[in-house]
Amino acid sequence: MPTRITREDVQRMTAEGAVLIDALSESEYVEEHIAGAVNFPLRKLDRQTTAHLAMDAPLIVYCYDLD
Amino acid sequence: MHDYAGGKADWVVHGLPLEGRTAGRRRAIEVCRKDIPTCGPHEPLGEVRDRVRAGGYEMCVVVNERGIVLGRLQRKSWEKEPESLAEDCMQLGPPTTRPDHFLHEVIGRFRKGNLDRLLVTWYGRDEDGGRLVGVLFREDVERVLAENERLPR
Repeated sequence: MPTRITREDVQRMTAEGAVLIDALSESEYVEEHIAGAVNFPLRKLDRQTTAHLAMDAPLIVYCYDLD
Repeated sequence: MHDYAGGKADWVVHGLPLEGRTAGRRRAIEVCRKDIPTCGPHEPLGEVRDRVRAGGYEMCVVVNERGIVLGRLQRKSWEKEPESLAEDCMQLGPPTTRPDHFLHEVIGRFRKGNLDRLLVTWYGRDEDGGRLVGVLFREDVERVLAENERLPR
């Protein structure tokens, strides 16, 4: 179960080496994304597509908003 | 695995760094006025009106104790009896937009609906959902977009 974190947590954790994953579509990612994020669209997010991510680093996933 | 529940919208409205093709376009949060008077639903209209006009405004947003928008007082609202409660005089369901919406998209809302003001409210199903962020004035949006048009590319 993912742990919910805040904006301040994201800033702190990415500064410490966490990987920030943008789970929006590729086109949305190209338009605009949080600085430093990598794109793994939610529909493609699975063990295979994320195999090359550094699994020893914390992973943070975001979508667009709470709605 | 960690879930940044606020998502990109939360990041954007706090002015944090973005990358990508459209990064840098102006948004509602940057232009909306945040000093618009507010009142509670049980305040007498006359007192609210005096306070609002003393501040040089003609509109007031009615919010609950958590800042969630309930309605809007303006124009004809002020003609009602001064003893009336704000909640009995307010316009329900005023038009709203979100703080992260791009100005070049919001202007379409203004034009299509022939609107001059849009309340900017926060996202969410939690306690922040519907909370007032500010009020977007059409003339402000048009001015900023016109200024952007004049910028060298």
